[in-house]
Amino acid sequence: MNSLALVLTVFVACAVEAVEALTIVLAAGLTREWRSTLQGMAAALVVLAAIVAVVGPALTLLPLTALRLVVGALLAVFGLQWLRKAILRASGYKDLHDEGAIYARQVTAARAATAGGRRGVRDWYAFTLAFKGVLLEGLEVVFIAITFGANQRNLGLAALGAAAAVVTVAAVGIAVRAPLSRVPENTMKFAVGVMLTSFGVFWGAEGAGVSWPGNDAALLVIVPVTVLVTVGYVALLRRARAAASVRADPVATAEGRTI
Amino acid sequence: MSRWLRSFGAFWYDFVIGDDWRGAAVVAVALAATALLAHVAKLNPWWLLPVCVVAALGWSLRRATARRP
Repeated sequence: MNSLALVLTVFVACAVEAVEALTIVLAAGLTREWRSTLQGMAAALVVLAAIVAVVGPALTLLPLTALRLVVGALLAVFGLQWLRKAILRASGYKDLHDEGAIYARQVTAARAATAGGRRGVRDWYAFTLAFKGVLLEGLEVVFIAITFGANQRNLGLAALGAAAAVVTVAAVGIAVRAPLSRVPENTMKFAVGVMLTSFGVFWGAEGAGVSWPGNDAALLVIVPVTVLVTVGYVALLRRARAAASVRADPVATAEGRTI
Repeated sequence: MSRWLRSFGAFWYDFVIGDDWRGAAVVAVALAATALLAHVAKLNPWWLLPVCVVAALGWSLRRATARRP
């Protein structure tokens, strides 16, 4: 169960981040210049690989209890961030993540930026845009893959899940040469938030000295309960939002012009 | 140098903690309480962290939606 959950969680989380990085790389490459964009992407991948090479093995040297406490706490906090955003989006309090709109904004900014090279790079804007995009999105991938992999004492499997996601997204991106706006990113983020929070709670409590009833099988309860809680919060917020709309404009609501 | 350090710290704060530091604070306090109950009182408070996480999420959502339509 844990190995499968490990690969699936890392794959989905990495796929979401890879889709976001692809949008930025495409905007830079198609609007500005491919060579500088690919240089920026490659530089970011080198930095990410260095982080994995240093932090990954260092984490596995920690005693398992301390590792689970620290990583569990980080994952729980990180997962809460993802869940919070996912719930606010699903209930209409925050705009849905829209790769098409983000791509359009990046393209507009890339067209408006001045041209010019620096330090052997022909187009500095394309380089930095691709570098920052891949590095920032990649950091989340690295964080998730390393923490899950180190806790399961299986960095290789986590790396495999991450690599599979990146290769899949890159292959589809090269094939369609457009942002992957039809990928159900909001649902995927929801799922990742549930998994990060569930594993964070499980490992964090274990690291603090708790024995879960049923040991690893407790995850089979924690994950569905987290889903139920999340769906419950979405329903509550939707209802509150609808009630607020009625209070704000009761006449329009009665005539069916709102909601 | 100090500006770079501030930016570096701000980046990691935003990366890990995000928009609402209260969630992180609740997780930290809940883990400390769990460790105390487990190691000092010799209890098995497996339920404490999940309850606190659910409460923290609700608190954070309430704050985020309180002033928005």
